[in-house]
Amino acid sequence: MELAVVIKTLFIILVVMAGFLPIITWVERKQSAVMQDRIGANRADIGGIAALGLLHPAADVLKLLTKEDFVPAGANRVMHLLAPVIALVPVIITLAVVPFGGRYVFGDTTLNLVVADVDWGMLYILAVGSLAAYGTVIAGWSSNNNWALLGSLRGSAQMISYEVTMGLSIVSLFMVYETLKLTDMAIYQDATFRLFGFLEHFGLMKDIGWLGLLQLPRWGIFLQPLAFFLFLTCVMAENKRPPFDVPEGESEIIAGYHMEYSGMRFGLFYTAEFLEVPVIGTIVATLFLGGWSIPFLPQETLIRGLTHFGGEGFATGLTMILHVLTFFLKVIFMIWLQMQIRWTLPRFRYDQVMNLCWKIMLPLSIANIFVTAVGLLIVDGAGR
Amino acid sequence: MTASLVLFYLFAALALGSAIAMVLNVRNTVAAALSLVVTMIALAAIFVLLEAYLVGAVQIMVYAGAIVVLFLFVVMLLNLRTDLFPAGRSFLPKALGVIAALALLALLLPRIASHLPAQTVLPADFGGYRSVGIAMFTKYLLPLEVVSLLLLAAIVGAVVLAKRRID
Repeated sequence: MELAVVIKTLFIILVVMAGFLPIITWVERKQSAVMQDRIGANRADIGGIAALGLLHPAADVLKLLTKEDFVPAGANRVMHLLAPVIALVPVIITLAVVPFGGRYVFGDTTLNLVVADVDWGMLYILAVGSLAAYGTVIAGWSSNNNWALLGSLRGSAQMISYEVTMGLSIVSLFMVYETLKLTDMAIYQDATFRLFGFLEHFGLMKDIGWLGLLQLPRWGIFLQPLAFFLFLTCVMAENKRPPFDVPEGESEIIAGYHMEYSGMRFGLFYTAEFLEVPVIGTIVATLFLGGWSIPFLPQETLIRGLTHFGGEGFATGLTMILHVLTFFLKVIFMIWLQMQIRWTLPRFRYDQVMNLCWKIMLPLSIANIFVTAVGLLIVDGAGR
Repeated sequence: MTASLVLFYLFAALALGSAIAMVLNVRNTVAAALSLVVTMIALAAIFVLLEAYLVGAVQIMVYAGAIVVLFLFVVMLLNLRTDLFPAGRSFLPKALGVIAALALLALLLPRIASHLPAQTVLPADFGGYRSVGIAMFTKYLLPLEVVSLLLLAAIVGAVVLAKRRID
Protein backbone atom coordinates (compact mmCIF):
# COMPACT_ATOMS: atom_id res chain seq x y z
CA MET A 1 0.00 0.00 0.00
CA GLU A 2 2.74 2.44 0.98
CA LEU A 3 4.71 1.45 -2.09
CA ALA A 4 1.77 2.34 -4.34
CA VAL A 5 1.56 5.80 -2.73
CA VAL A 6 5.28 6.40 -3.30
CA ILE A 7 5.04 5.31 -6.93
CA LYS A 8 1.99 7.51 -7.56
CA THR A 9 3.69 10.52 -5.92
CA LEU A 10 6.84 10.01 -7.98
CA PHE A 11 4.80 9.57 -11.15
CA ILE A 12 2.76 12.77 -10.86
CA ILE A 13 5.74 14.86 -9.70
CA LEU A 14 8.00 13.49 -12.44
CA VAL A 15 5.41 14.05 -15.16
CA VAL A 16 4.68 17.61 -14.09
CA MET A 17 8.14 18.76 -12.97
CA ALA A 18 10.39 16.84 -15.32
CA GLY A 19 7.95 16.49 -18.20
CA PHE A 20 5.81 19.61 -18.41
CA LEU A 21 8.03 22.22 -16.74
CA PRO A 22 10.99 22.32 -19.20
CA ILE A 23 8.66 22.06 -22.19
CA ILE A 24 6.54 24.95 -20.93
CA THR A 25 9.44 27.41 -20.93
CA TRP A 26 10.10 26.33 -24.51
CA VAL A 27 6.42 26.62 -25.46
CA GLU A 28 6.33 30.08 -23.91
CA ARG A 29 9.23 31.26 -26.05
CA LYS A 30 7.94 29.63 -29.23
CA GLN A 31 4.40 30.90 -28.67
CA SER A 32 5.64 34.47 -28.19
CA ALA A 33 7.66 34.10 -31.39
CA VAL A 34 4.60 32.90 -33.30
CA MET A 35 2.44 35.70 -31.89
CA GLN A 36 5.07 38.33 -32.72
CA ASP A 37 5.82 36.89 -36.17
CA ARG A 38 9.48 36.01 -35.62
CA ILE A 39 11.45 32.78 -35.63
CA GLY A 40 12.17 32.70 -31.92
CA ALA A 41 14.34 30.70 -29.61
CA ASN A 42 16.82 28.81 -31.79
CA ARG A 43 20.25 30.05 -30.68
CA ALA A 44 21.23 27.58 -27.95
CA ASP A 45 22.92 24.68 -29.70
CA ILE A 46 25.30 21.82 -29.08
CA GLY A 47 27.70 21.43 -32.00
CA GLY A 48 25.38 23.33 -34.31
CA ILE A 49 22.27 21.30 -33.50
CA ALA A 50 19.65 23.71 -32.15
CA ALA A 51 16.83 21.13 -31.97
CA LEU A 52 14.07 23.75 -32.54
CA GLY A 53 15.27 25.68 -29.49
CA LEU A 54 14.60 22.77 -27.15
CA LEU A 55 18.04 23.28 -25.63
CA HIS A 56 17.08 26.67 -24.22
CA PRO A 57 15.62 25.28 -20.97
CA ALA A 58 18.92 23.48 -20.33
CA ALA A 59 20.83 26.68 -21.05
CA ASP A 60 18.51 28.54 -18.64
CA VAL A 61 19.20 26.15 -15.78
CA LEU A 62 22.94 26.17 -16.46
CA LYS A 63 23.02 29.96 -16.42
CA LEU A 64 20.90 30.30 -13.27
CA LEU A 65 22.90 27.71 -11.35
CA THR A 66 26.26 29.29 -12.14
CA LYS A 67 25.21 32.86 -11.28
CA GLU A 68 26.06 34.46 -7.94
CA ASP A 69 23.51 33.88 -5.18
CA PHE A 70 23.31 37.39 -3.79
CA VAL A 71 21.71 38.60 -0.56
CA PRO A 72 21.47 42.41 -0.40
CA ALA A 73 22.86 44.32 2.58
CA GLY A 74 20.13 45.10 5.13
CA ALA A 75 18.01 42.19 3.99
CA ASN A 76 16.63 39.68 6.47
CA ARG A 77 18.97 36.86 5.48
CA VAL A 78 16.99 33.85 6.69
CA MET A 79 13.69 35.04 5.25
CA HIS A 80 15.33 36.15 2.02
CA LEU A 81 16.78 32.68 1.50
CA LEU A 82 13.54 30.93 2.53
CA ALA A 83 11.04 32.92 0.44
CA PRO A 84 11.58 31.14 -2.92
CA VAL A 85 11.06 27.78 -1.22
CA ILE A 86 7.88 29.03 0.47
CA ALA A 87 6.64 30.16 -2.95
CA LEU A 88 7.34 26.80 -4.59
CA VAL A 89 6.11 24.29 -1.98
CA PRO A 90 2.33 25.06 -2.09
CA VAL A 91 2.34 24.63 -5.88
CA ILE A 92 3.89 21.16 -5.70
CA ILE A 93 1.82 19.79 -2.82
CA THR A 94 -1.42 20.80 -4.56
CA LEU A 95 -0.86 17.82 -6.86
CA ALA A 96 -1.43 15.43 -3.95
CA VAL A 97 -5.23 15.43 -4.27
CA VAL A 98 -5.55 15.65 -8.06
CA PRO A 99 -6.70 12.34 -9.57
CA PHE A 100 -4.85 11.51 -12.79
CA GLY A 101 -6.94 8.38 -13.36
CA GLY A 102 -9.99 6.65 -11.97
CA ARG A 103 -10.46 3.57 -9.79
CA TYR A 104 -9.56 0.24 -11.34
CA VAL A 105 -10.21 -3.22 -9.97
CA PHE A 106 -7.54 -5.83 -10.69
CA GLY A 107 -8.77 -9.08 -9.16
CA ASP A 108 -8.91 -8.37 -5.42
CA THR A 109 -6.85 -5.15 -5.44
CA THR A 110 -8.25 -1.74 -6.26
CA LEU A 111 -5.96 0.84 -7.80
CA ASN A 112 -6.98 4.44 -7.17
CA LEU A 113 -4.88 6.80 -9.25
CA VAL A 114 -4.61 9.69 -6.80
CA VAL A 115 -1.95 10.25 -4.14
CA ALA A 116 -4.30 11.29 -1.30
CA ASP A 117 -7.97 10.45 -1.88
CA VAL A 118 -9.34 12.81 0.79
CA ASP A 119 -12.99 13.65 1.26
CA TRP A 120 -12.25 17.40 1.45
CA GLY A 121 -9.93 17.55 -1.57
CA MET A 122 -11.21 20.83 -2.95
CA LEU A 123 -10.91 22.49 0.49
CA TYR A 124 -7.31 21.27 0.58
CA ILE A 125 -6.59 22.91 -2.77
CA LEU A 126 -8.14 26.21 -1.67
CA ALA A 127 -6.28 26.10 1.67
CA VAL A 128 -2.90 25.33 0.10
CA GLY A 129 -3.52 27.92 -2.60
CA SER A 130 -4.13 30.55 0.04
CA LEU A 131 -0.65 29.88 1.47
CA ALA A 132 0.96 30.75 -1.87
CA ALA A 133 0.70 34.46 -1.03
CA TYR A 134 3.39 34.08 1.64
CA GLY A 135 6.21 33.53 -0.85
CA THR A 136 5.36 36.86 -2.46
CA VAL A 137 4.93 38.72 0.84
CA ILE A 138 8.09 37.41 2.46
CA ALA A 139 10.20 37.93 -0.67
CA GLY A 140 9.22 41.59 -0.92
CA TRP A 141 9.55 42.33 2.77
CA SER A 142 12.85 40.54 3.39
CA SER A 143 14.61 42.24 0.46
CA ASN A 144 14.67 45.62 2.27
CA ASN A 145 13.86 47.39 -0.98
CA ASN A 146 10.94 49.77 -1.47
CA TRP A 147 10.16 48.60 -5.00
CA ALA A 148 10.17 44.98 -3.92
CA LEU A 149 7.90 45.84 -0.97
CA LEU A 150 5.46 47.68 -3.25
CA GLY A 151 5.46 44.71 -5.61
CA SER A 152 4.71 42.24 -2.84
CA LEU A 153 1.95 44.50 -1.47
CA ARG A 154 0.32 44.54 -4.89
CA GLY A 155 0.82 40.81 -5.27
CA SER A 156 -0.63 39.88 -1.89
CA ALA A 157 -3.63 42.23 -2.29
CA GLN A 158 -4.33 40.74 -5.70
CA MET A 159 -3.99 37.16 -4.47
CA ILE A 160 -6.23 37.62 -1.40
CA SER A 161 -8.90 39.33 -3.52
CA TYR A 162 -8.98 36.65 -6.17
CA GLU A 163 -8.96 33.87 -3.56
CA VAL A 164 -12.36 35.11 -2.34
CA THR A 165 -13.87 34.96 -5.81
CA MET A 166 -12.08 31.69 -6.61
CA GLY A 167 -13.66 29.95 -3.62
CA LEU A 168 -17.13 31.36 -4.29
CA SER A 169 -17.06 30.70 -8.04
CA ILE A 170 -16.91 26.93 -7.59
CA VAL A 171 -19.50 26.64 -4.80
CA SER A 172 -22.17 26.24 -7.49
CA LEU A 173 -20.10 23.39 -8.92
CA PHE A 174 -20.05 21.65 -5.52
CA MET A 175 -23.85 21.98 -5.40
CA VAL A 176 -24.18 20.21 -8.74
CA TYR A 177 -21.63 17.47 -7.96
CA GLU A 178 -22.78 17.16 -4.33
CA THR A 179 -19.19 16.42 -3.28
CA LEU A 180 -15.84 18.08 -2.57
CA LYS A 181 -13.87 14.94 -3.36
CA LEU A 182 -11.98 15.31 -6.61
CA THR A 183 -12.06 11.62 -7.48
CA ASP A 184 -15.86 11.54 -7.10
CA MET A 185 -16.15 14.70 -9.21
CA ALA A 186 -14.26 13.01 -12.04
CA ILE A 187 -16.42 9.90 -11.74
CA TYR A 188 -19.59 12.06 -11.84
CA GLN A 189 -18.38 13.60 -15.09
CA ASP A 190 -17.73 10.19 -16.66
CA ALA A 191 -21.25 10.16 -18.11
CA THR A 192 -23.43 12.01 -20.60
CA PHE A 193 -26.63 14.03 -20.38
CA ARG A 194 -29.34 14.59 -22.96
CA LEU A 195 -29.42 18.17 -24.18
CA PHE A 196 -33.24 18.22 -24.26
CA GLY A 197 -33.78 15.81 -21.39
CA PHE A 198 -35.39 18.62 -19.38
CA LEU A 199 -38.45 18.54 -21.71
CA GLU A 200 -39.18 15.01 -20.53
CA HIS A 201 -38.17 15.76 -16.95
CA PHE A 202 -40.69 18.59 -16.58
CA GLY A 203 -43.40 16.68 -18.47
CA LEU A 204 -43.46 19.16 -21.38
CA MET A 205 -43.11 16.26 -23.84
CA LYS A 206 -43.96 12.62 -23.27
CA ASP A 207 -41.15 11.32 -25.41
CA ILE A 208 -38.47 13.53 -26.93
CA GLY A 209 -37.69 10.96 -29.65
CA TRP A 210 -34.64 11.71 -31.79
CA LEU A 211 -33.82 14.78 -29.67
CA GLY A 212 -32.63 12.32 -27.04
CA LEU A 213 -29.70 11.49 -29.28
CA LEU A 214 -28.29 14.98 -28.82
CA GLN A 215 -25.99 14.37 -25.87
CA LEU A 216 -23.10 16.11 -24.21
CA PRO A 217 -20.53 14.75 -21.75
CA ARG A 218 -21.66 15.60 -18.20
CA TRP A 219 -18.69 17.93 -17.72
CA GLY A 220 -18.50 20.94 -15.42
CA ILE A 221 -17.92 23.30 -18.33
CA PHE A 222 -21.32 22.36 -19.82
CA LEU A 223 -23.20 22.27 -16.51
CA GLN A 224 -21.63 25.45 -15.07
CA PRO A 225 -20.16 27.51 -17.95
CA LEU A 226 -20.10 30.76 -15.96
CA ALA A 227 -18.25 29.08 -13.07
CA PHE A 228 -15.67 27.84 -15.59
CA PHE A 229 -14.86 31.34 -16.85
CA LEU A 230 -14.85 32.85 -13.35
CA PHE A 231 -12.62 30.10 -11.95
CA LEU A 232 -10.20 30.19 -14.88
CA THR A 233 -9.85 33.97 -14.58
CA CYS A 234 -9.24 33.70 -10.83
CA VAL A 235 -6.58 31.00 -11.05
CA MET A 236 -4.83 32.94 -13.82
CA ALA A 237 -4.84 36.02 -11.58
CA GLU A 238 -3.45 33.91 -8.70
CA ASN A 239 -0.69 32.80 -11.04
CA LYS A 240 0.40 36.47 -11.48
CA ARG A 241 1.31 35.93 -15.14
CA PRO A 242 0.19 38.41 -17.80
CA PRO A 243 -2.43 39.83 -18.20
CA PHE A 244 -2.46 39.86 -14.37
CA ASP A 245 1.26 40.56 -13.86
CA VAL A 246 0.78 43.79 -11.89
CA PRO A 247 3.09 42.70 -8.99
CA GLU A 248 5.86 43.38 -11.49
CA GLY A 249 5.96 46.25 -13.92
CA GLU A 250 9.12 47.59 -15.53
CA SER A 251 7.80 51.11 -15.92
CA GLU A 252 6.26 51.39 -12.42
CA ILE A 253 7.96 49.25 -9.80
CA ILE A 254 10.75 47.60 -11.80
CA ALA A 255 10.78 43.82 -11.32
CA GLY A 256 8.45 43.69 -8.33
CA TYR A 257 8.82 41.40 -5.36
CA HIS A 258 11.67 39.26 -6.76
CA MET A 259 13.88 42.11 -7.99
CA GLU A 260 16.59 41.49 -5.34
CA TYR A 261 16.88 37.81 -6.23
CA SER A 262 19.55 36.37 -8.48
CA GLY A 263 20.69 33.01 -9.72
CA MET A 264 18.68 29.91 -8.90
CA ARG A 265 16.65 31.64 -6.15
CA PHE A 266 15.18 33.88 -8.82
CA GLY A 267 14.86 30.71 -10.86
CA LEU A 268 12.74 29.16 -8.10
CA PHE A 269 10.22 32.02 -8.30
CA TYR A 270 10.12 31.49 -12.02
CA THR A 271 9.74 27.74 -11.52
CA ALA A 272 6.82 28.31 -9.14
CA GLU A 273 5.13 30.59 -11.65
CA PHE A 274 5.66 28.22 -14.57
CA LEU A 275 4.77 25.15 -12.54
CA GLU A 276 1.44 26.72 -11.66
CA VAL A 277 0.45 26.56 -15.33
CA PRO A 278 0.27 22.73 -15.54
CA VAL A 279 -1.03 22.53 -11.94
CA ILE A 280 -3.88 24.88 -12.89
CA GLY A 281 -4.34 22.69 -15.94
CA THR A 282 -4.80 19.57 -13.79
CA ILE A 283 -7.27 21.30 -11.44
CA VAL A 284 -9.38 22.87 -14.19
CA ALA A 285 -9.33 19.63 -16.19
CA THR A 286 -10.58 17.71 -13.13
CA LEU A 287 -13.23 20.23 -12.14
CA PHE A 288 -14.60 21.24 -15.53
CA LEU A 289 -13.28 19.01 -18.32
CA GLY A 290 -14.16 15.61 -16.91
CA GLY A 291 -10.73 14.74 -15.51
CA TRP A 292 -9.57 11.42 -16.90
CA SER A 293 -12.91 10.50 -18.48
CA ILE A 294 -13.12 9.91 -22.23
CA PRO A 295 -16.21 11.70 -23.64
CA PHE A 296 -19.09 9.36 -24.65
CA LEU A 297 -17.10 6.32 -23.48
CA PRO A 298 -17.85 5.62 -19.78
CA GLN A 299 -15.34 3.46 -17.94
CA GLU A 300 -17.62 0.38 -17.75
CA THR A 301 -18.47 0.47 -21.46
CA LEU A 302 -14.82 0.84 -22.37
CA ILE A 303 -13.70 -2.07 -20.18
CA ARG A 304 -16.55 -4.26 -21.47
CA GLY A 305 -15.64 -3.43 -25.06
CA LEU A 306 -11.94 -4.10 -24.57
CA THR A 307 -12.56 -7.47 -22.87
CA HIS A 308 -13.31 -8.88 -26.35
CA PHE A 309 -9.65 -8.41 -27.29
CA GLY A 310 -8.10 -9.92 -24.18
CA GLY A 311 -8.67 -10.83 -20.57
CA GLU A 312 -10.35 -8.65 -18.02
CA GLY A 313 -6.98 -7.61 -16.55
CA PHE A 314 -5.81 -6.56 -20.02
CA ALA A 315 -8.96 -4.50 -20.59
CA THR A 316 -8.73 -2.76 -17.21
CA GLY A 317 -5.03 -2.02 -17.67
CA LEU A 318 -5.53 -0.61 -21.16
CA THR A 319 -8.45 1.51 -19.91
CA MET A 320 -6.24 2.86 -17.14
CA ILE A 321 -3.51 3.83 -19.61
CA LEU A 322 -6.07 5.46 -21.94
CA HIS A 323 -7.57 7.41 -19.02
CA VAL A 324 -4.18 8.70 -17.85
CA LEU A 325 -3.32 9.74 -21.41
CA THR A 326 -6.71 11.48 -21.78
CA PHE A 327 -6.13 13.36 -18.54
CA PHE A 328 -2.75 14.67 -19.62
CA LEU A 329 -4.16 15.52 -23.06
CA LYS A 330 -6.70 17.76 -21.31
CA VAL A 331 -3.91 19.25 -19.17
CA ILE A 332 -1.95 20.02 -22.36
CA PHE A 333 -5.04 21.69 -23.82
CA MET A 334 -5.37 23.86 -20.70
CA ILE A 335 -1.67 24.81 -20.91
CA TRP A 336 -2.15 25.78 -24.56
CA LEU A 337 -5.21 27.87 -23.63
CA GLN A 338 -3.32 29.69 -20.86
CA MET A 339 -0.38 30.40 -23.18
CA GLN A 340 -2.78 31.71 -25.83
CA ILE A 341 -4.42 34.07 -23.30
CA ARG A 342 -1.05 35.16 -21.94
CA TRP A 343 0.25 36.21 -25.35
CA THR A 344 -3.03 37.69 -26.61
CA LEU A 345 -4.29 40.07 -23.93
CA PRO A 346 -2.45 43.25 -22.92
CA ARG A 347 -1.83 43.62 -19.20
CA PHE A 348 -4.40 45.27 -16.96
CA ARG A 349 -3.83 48.39 -14.93
CA TYR A 350 -3.77 47.71 -11.18
CA ASP A 351 -7.13 49.35 -10.41
CA GLN A 352 -8.69 47.47 -13.34
CA VAL A 353 -7.52 44.17 -11.84
CA MET A 354 -9.14 45.04 -8.51
CA ASN A 355 -12.35 46.38 -10.08
CA LEU A 356 -12.69 43.26 -12.19
CA CYS A 357 -12.43 41.11 -9.07
CA TRP A 358 -14.57 42.94 -6.54
CA LYS A 359 -17.13 44.72 -8.71
CA ILE A 360 -17.74 42.26 -11.55
CA MET A 361 -16.60 38.73 -10.75
CA LEU A 362 -17.56 38.54 -7.06
CA PRO A 363 -21.21 39.62 -7.65
CA LEU A 364 -21.37 37.29 -10.68
CA SER A 365 -20.15 34.31 -8.67
CA ILE A 366 -22.65 34.99 -5.85
CA ALA A 367 -25.45 35.37 -8.42
CA ASN A 368 -24.33 32.07 -9.97
CA ILE A 369 -24.65 30.31 -6.60
CA PHE A 370 -28.15 31.75 -6.13
CA VAL A 371 -29.36 30.84 -9.63
CA THR A 372 -27.87 27.33 -9.36
CA ALA A 373 -29.57 26.78 -6.01
CA VAL A 374 -32.97 27.82 -7.39
CA GLY A 375 -32.42 25.73 -10.50
CA LEU A 376 -31.50 22.63 -8.51
CA LEU A 377 -34.60 23.10 -6.31
CA ILE A 378 -36.86 23.31 -9.37
CA VAL A 379 -35.27 20.29 -11.07
CA ASP A 380 -35.45 18.19 -7.89
CA GLY A 381 -39.04 19.28 -7.26
CA ALA A 382 -40.12 18.30 -10.78
CA GLY A 383 -38.49 14.90 -10.49
CA ARG A 384 -40.43 13.98 -7.38
CA MET B 1 4.22 4.91 19.40
CA THR B 2 2.08 5.19 16.29
CA ALA B 3 2.86 7.51 13.42
CA SER B 4 -0.05 9.79 14.24
CA LEU B 5 1.18 10.17 17.83
CA VAL B 6 4.66 11.11 16.58
CA LEU B 7 3.10 13.64 14.22
CA PHE B 8 0.94 14.99 17.05
CA TYR B 9 3.95 15.66 19.28
CA LEU B 10 5.84 17.14 16.35
CA PHE B 11 3.10 19.61 15.49
CA ALA B 12 2.34 20.34 19.15
CA ALA B 13 5.99 21.26 19.67
CA LEU B 14 5.92 23.35 16.50
CA ALA B 15 2.76 25.17 17.62
CA LEU B 16 4.19 25.90 21.08
CA GLY B 17 7.62 26.88 19.76
CA SER B 18 6.25 29.25 17.13
CA ALA B 19 3.81 30.76 19.65
CA ILE B 20 6.71 31.49 21.99
CA ALA B 21 8.72 32.86 19.05
CA MET B 22 5.82 35.20 18.28
CA VAL B 23 5.87 36.64 21.80
CA LEU B 24 9.67 36.95 21.86
CA ASN B 25 9.67 38.70 18.47
CA VAL B 26 7.27 41.39 19.63
CA ARG B 27 9.62 44.17 18.48
CA ASN B 28 10.00 42.74 14.99
CA THR B 29 6.35 42.80 13.94
CA VAL B 30 6.70 40.97 10.64
CA ALA B 31 8.64 38.10 12.21
CA ALA B 32 5.99 37.89 14.94
CA ALA B 33 3.21 37.68 12.34
CA LEU B 34 5.10 35.00 10.43
CA SER B 35 5.51 32.97 13.65
CA LEU B 36 1.74 33.28 14.09
CA VAL B 37 1.29 31.73 10.64
CA VAL B 38 3.43 28.75 11.64
CA THR B 39 1.31 28.36 14.80
CA MET B 40 -1.86 28.38 12.70
CA ILE B 41 -0.52 25.77 10.29
CA ALA B 42 0.63 23.52 13.16
CA LEU B 43 -2.83 23.86 14.80
CA ALA B 44 -4.48 22.96 11.50
CA ALA B 45 -2.30 19.86 11.29
CA ILE B 46 -3.38 18.88 14.83
CA PHE B 47 -7.05 19.36 13.86
CA VAL B 48 -6.52 17.06 10.88
CA LEU B 49 -4.85 14.47 13.15
CA LEU B 50 -7.95 14.67 15.38
CA GLU B 51 -10.08 13.97 12.25
CA ALA B 52 -11.63 17.44 12.34
CA TYR B 53 -10.88 17.88 8.65
CA LEU B 54 -13.17 20.79 7.94
CA VAL B 55 -11.86 22.82 10.90
CA GLY B 56 -8.29 22.08 9.83
CA ALA B 57 -8.87 23.24 6.25
CA VAL B 58 -10.78 26.33 7.38
CA GLN B 59 -8.04 27.11 9.89
CA ILE B 60 -5.51 27.35 7.06
CA MET B 61 -7.84 28.99 4.55
CA VAL B 62 -9.18 31.70 6.88
CA TYR B 63 -6.51 32.29 9.51
CA ALA B 64 -3.22 31.42 7.83
CA GLY B 65 -4.32 32.26 4.29
CA ALA B 66 -6.33 35.43 4.77
CA ILE B 67 -6.30 37.04 8.21
CA VAL B 68 -2.56 36.89 8.91
CA VAL B 69 -1.82 37.97 5.33
CA LEU B 70 -3.94 41.04 6.08
CA PHE B 71 -2.00 41.55 9.35
CA LEU B 72 1.23 41.41 7.37
CA PHE B 73 -0.22 43.72 4.77
CA VAL B 74 -1.04 46.39 7.35
CA VAL B 75 2.29 45.93 9.17
CA MET B 76 4.19 46.30 5.92
CA LEU B 77 2.17 49.37 4.89
CA LEU B 78 2.89 51.04 8.23
CA ASN B 79 6.55 50.05 7.74
CA LEU B 80 7.12 49.52 11.47
CA ARG B 81 10.81 49.31 12.23
CA THR B 82 12.34 47.67 15.26
CA ASP B 83 13.75 50.99 16.52
CA LEU B 84 10.21 52.33 16.87
CA PHE B 85 9.74 50.00 19.82
CA PRO B 86 12.44 50.78 22.38
CA ALA B 87 13.36 47.90 24.63
CA GLY B 88 11.30 48.05 27.81
CA ARG B 89 13.49 48.85 30.79
CA SER B 90 11.09 47.94 33.56
CA PHE B 91 11.39 44.41 34.82
CA LEU B 92 8.12 44.45 36.77
CA PRO B 93 5.54 44.06 33.89
CA LYS B 94 7.43 41.10 32.42
CA ALA B 95 7.71 39.38 35.79
CA LEU B 96 4.00 39.99 36.48
CA GLY B 97 3.11 38.61 33.07
CA VAL B 98 5.11 35.43 33.64
CA ILE B 99 3.57 34.97 37.11
CA ALA B 100 0.02 35.49 35.76
CA ALA B 101 0.61 32.98 32.95
CA LEU B 102 2.03 30.38 35.35
CA ALA B 103 -0.88 30.91 37.78
CA LEU B 104 -3.40 30.38 34.98
CA LEU B 105 -1.56 27.22 33.92
CA ALA B 106 -1.53 25.89 37.50
CA LEU B 107 -5.25 26.64 37.80
CA LEU B 108 -6.29 25.08 34.50
CA LEU B 109 -4.00 22.07 34.17
CA PRO B 110 -5.47 19.89 36.97
CA ARG B 111 -9.02 20.68 35.81
CA ILE B 112 -8.26 19.74 32.23
CA ALA B 113 -6.55 16.56 33.38
CA SER B 114 -9.55 15.54 35.51
CA HIS B 115 -12.10 16.35 32.81
CA LEU B 116 -10.59 14.36 29.96
CA PRO B 117 -13.47 12.53 28.24
CA ALA B 118 -13.38 8.78 27.92
CA GLN B 119 -12.28 7.39 24.59
CA THR B 120 -15.22 6.73 22.28
CA VAL B 121 -15.65 5.50 18.74
CA LEU B 122 -16.17 8.46 16.43
CA PRO B 123 -19.44 8.53 14.48
CA ALA B 124 -19.20 8.08 10.72
CA ASP B 125 -18.28 11.22 8.77
CA PHE B 126 -17.11 12.93 11.97
CA GLY B 127 -15.64 16.35 11.26
CA GLY B 128 -16.42 16.21 7.56
CA TYR B 129 -18.09 19.10 5.78
CA ARG B 130 -21.36 17.16 5.51
CA SER B 131 -21.89 16.50 9.22
CA VAL B 132 -20.71 19.98 10.22
CA GLY B 133 -22.98 21.57 7.63
CA ILE B 134 -26.01 19.54 8.68
CA ALA B 135 -25.39 20.34 12.36
CA MET B 136 -24.94 24.02 11.56
CA PHE B 137 -28.16 24.38 9.57
CA THR B 138 -30.41 22.27 11.81
CA LYS B 139 -29.34 22.10 15.45
CA TYR B 140 -27.35 25.34 15.59
CA LEU B 141 -29.36 27.41 13.12
CA LEU B 142 -30.18 30.24 15.55
CA PRO B 143 -26.58 30.77 16.78
CA LEU B 144 -25.43 30.69 13.15
CA GLU B 145 -27.90 33.39 12.16
CA VAL B 146 -26.94 35.51 15.17
CA VAL B 147 -23.25 35.24 14.26
CA SER B 148 -23.95 36.09 10.62
CA LEU B 149 -25.89 39.19 11.76
CA LEU B 150 -22.88 40.19 13.84
CA LEU B 151 -20.60 39.75 10.82
CA LEU B 152 -23.00 41.77 8.67
CA ALA B 153 -22.92 44.59 11.22
CA ALA B 154 -19.10 44.47 11.17
CA ILE B 155 -19.05 44.65 7.35
CA VAL B 156 -21.43 47.62 7.34
CA GLY B 157 -19.28 49.29 10.00
CA ALA B 158 -16.13 48.77 7.92
CA VAL B 159 -17.81 50.26 4.85
CA VAL B 160 -19.04 53.28 6.83
CA LEU B 161 -15.57 53.90 8.30
CA ALA B 162 -13.85 53.56 4.92
CA LYS B 163 -16.41 55.73 3.15
CA ARG B 164 -16.02 58.63 5.60
CA ARG B 165 -12.30 58.71 4.72
CA ILE B 166 -13.07 58.91 0.99
CA ASP B 167 -15.86 61.54 1.13
